[in-house]
Amino acid sequence: MMEHLPALIIAIPLLGAFAAPLFKRHHKAVSIWAILITGITLIVSLLLTREVLVKGILVYVFGAKSPTLVLPSGYKVPIRIMFEVDALGAFMAISATLMSFVGALYSYSHVAHESGLEKYYSLLLLLEVGILGMVLTGDLFNLFVFMEIAGISGAALVGFRSYRGEASEAGIKYLIISAVASLMVLFSVALLYGEYGNLNLAYIAKNIKFGVVDLIAFGLLFTSFAMKCGAVPMHYWVPDAYTEIPAGGNPPLLVATYANLYALFRVSFTLFTNIVINISRAGWIMVILGVLTMFIGVTMALVQKDVKRLMSYHAISQTGYMLLGVGVGLTVLHDPSKLMEFGRDAIAGGLFHVINHIIYKSLLLMTAGALFYVTGTRNLDNMGGLARKMPITTISFMIGAAAISGLPPFNGFASKLIIYETSYMLNPILTVFAMVTSILTLASFVKVFASAFLGPPLKKYENVKEVPKPMLIAMIILAALCVIFGLFPKIILDKLIYPAADALINYLQYHSWGGLA
Amino acid sequence: MNSVLVNLPFIVVAILLAIGFYTIGFKRNLIKIIIGVEILEGAVNMFIVALGYVKGGYAPIYTQAPSGAIENMVLPTPQALTLTSIVIGVAVTALMLAFAVNIYKTYGTLDVSKVRRLRG
Amino acid sequence: MTTVIIRTMTRILTPAILVFGSYIILHGHLTPGGGFQGGAVFASGLALLIIAFSRKRVKEMFEKVPLSVFESIGALGFLGIGLMGIVMYTFLRNFIANSGAPFGMPTPEGINPGFLNTGGTLPYLNIFVGLKVLAGLTSIVLILFLILRREENE
Repeated sequence: MMEHLPALIIAIPLLGAFAAPLFKRHHKAVSIWAILITGITLIVSLLLTREVLVKGILVYVFGAKSPTLVLPSGYKVPIRIMFEVDALGAFMAISATLMSFVGALYSYSHVAHESGLEKYYSLLLLLEVGILGMVLTGDLFNLFVFMEIAGISGAALVGFRSYRGEASEAGIKYLIISAVASLMVLFSVALLYGEYGNLNLAYIAKNIKFGVVDLIAFGLLFTSFAMKCGAVPMHYWVPDAYTEIPAGGNPPLLVATYANLYALFRVSFTLFTNIVINISRAGWIMVILGVLTMFIGVTMALVQKDVKRLMSYHAISQTGYMLLGVGVGLTVLHDPSKLMEFGRDAIAGGLFHVINHIIYKSLLLMTAGALFYVTGTRNLDNMGGLARKMPITTISFMIGAAAISGLPPFNGFASKLIIYETSYMLNPILTVFAMVTSILTLASFVKVFASAFLGPPLKKYENVKEVPKPMLIAMIILAALCVIFGLFPKIILDKLIYPAADALINYLQYHSWGGLA
Repeated sequence: MNSVLVNLPFIVVAILLAIGFYTIGFKRNLIKIIIGVEILEGAVNMFIVALGYVKGGYAPIYTQAPSGAIENMVLPTPQALTLTSIVIGVAVTALMLAFAVNIYKTYGTLDVSKVRRLRG
Repeated sequence: MTTVIIRTMTRILTPAILVFGSYIILHGHLTPGGGFQGGAVFASGLALLIIAFSRKRVKEMFEKVPLSVFESIGALGFLGIGLMGIVMYTFLRNFIANSGAPFGMPTPEGINPGFLNTGGTLPYLNIFVGLKVLAGLTSIVLILFLILRREENE
């Protein structure tokens, strides 16, 4: 059964998504069903990660006689769709399943009063399927299909509150960006198919040449994935989408954004290795993109009044850290000595920041959702004095805010420190930018804390109570993870992050399907 | 002249891509923007089909195939890709139109420069 | 908006379109077409019904049809056949091919007049996909129609 895990991890949430519409008008039942399915998927993803860490790359060939039959006898090229799970994919799968579970738990009471809940949970589970497919697949066209699944279900979730015009506006923005980006991905997949006659990622990567067509394909893929992971200058959909989605859908949507970041890394490190090794400019492009993204994101966040919108701009800014960290690694990929000196650590820092950011930003957006739940507004000017009424939400917010600002001993500090150290080795100016961004982040969150939680209690919020238990449990889980990841970064790094970074560096292993060919 | 004729599908693809991007970028009506996305999709689908064309090849269907076709059957991957992308395109279009209907209901207009409550 | 001509032509054409859609679904493993294409043809027949008649008639016609249940059944059936393959081989393995079960006759080599009873799991997958697509596309058309017609009437 263990060898079927990559198929099961897709099949179980799909089953949940398709069965969810059958629970018509049984809102409690469908919520519990979604929590159950996401919980099982979380367990499956943990098992999958353990398998990958023990046995190395896991290949699953769909429809073949046995799961690892990549090349049937007589074939020189892979013809079937396959999943190729390495440590990086497994790491992203854990993030996706964990966040879907937390999101489903939080949604139990957060959206309980809305109508059409069976569709909401169906979309939530489909979004999880899309993310999981994107991060596990070893086939370029499959990547496109799952990207579209994630994009469509994500956009539908953004526009879920269809009685609000803003939700539809944000939804169509996200959908147009997502459609154009995926069409460009399809275009470059077609270019690569025309040149190499195959769609398998590892097979194309092994044969890739240094031609004009390949460069065009690389450029298109790079741009489209950068567009969908919210990098400057195509960041404007991020605040709209994150603000309008119900807060329970925020964690999976965040992971969906970073699944595109994963695809960006996969494309730059694994698919176009031969090109990237020849031109170190590609790494510099990623680094500069990262610095711009983090700086522009944080400066736009400073002026926001809407609490969720402010946090969304910080999400853009934090994406910059990841691009910076991994970009530093990409710049020195061709130089083994520098790679060992700081490149590997830089990649690990960037990837560690991915999961840390997913955790604390989900936590923060959920506390914003909790504020919205009790006050009915997202405007900071209309809030105040809520600390006494909602102690657990306040503490969760404080932990999240400390983590995003990079204060020790929370998880944001652990990954930011690695990024500071390694980017200093490449160029000290990068570190300066990263640190200034971090300070501005702290300033902006102090403002939110002061205006929402401190100050004299407002009269209209006299009767507000703490939010319901499922929301609290979801927030406590994430707050606890923030503290644990911050206190014991070494364990997480050794068990999860360094294997993932090595998976990016050891591209030859991926190219040979983990030694199967 | 011959090189133009051979590459005609690709020239059409390039023109369609340009029209699509222009429509998405410069038109203000939401329905026109949706049409632009559709044109873009058509361009990409046409590109894949044009790539998959093999001169003298036969469709890989054994049912009542003409004799002599067996040696010249083509691999139908590009057609399969196009079909999948069309299927996805249907879903995207339907969702976009649904959003457009919703936006028209709440704002009373489809002009994107007026539909801007989310800004800053 | 709809005229007698449209309504009469719809009455004549719709059965033919529905039969053609079913034919494309069932012959998906032999001739061009398959679940999606056949389902789309089938749904276009139903869409013709929707646009030809008045809002009240359409509501009466489709009130009793559980379209979203059909959709779920189609998707779950597809998934179920995929999961059955896991028991012996892998996900989505064509485990019925050449076994003699319904649709499981061995496929003859070379050019043939087309044997319906071949294809293994493919015809089943086509049927489930067809069910899902026809239900999904019809409900898209239906919902957009109902929304727009309501505004016209008011």
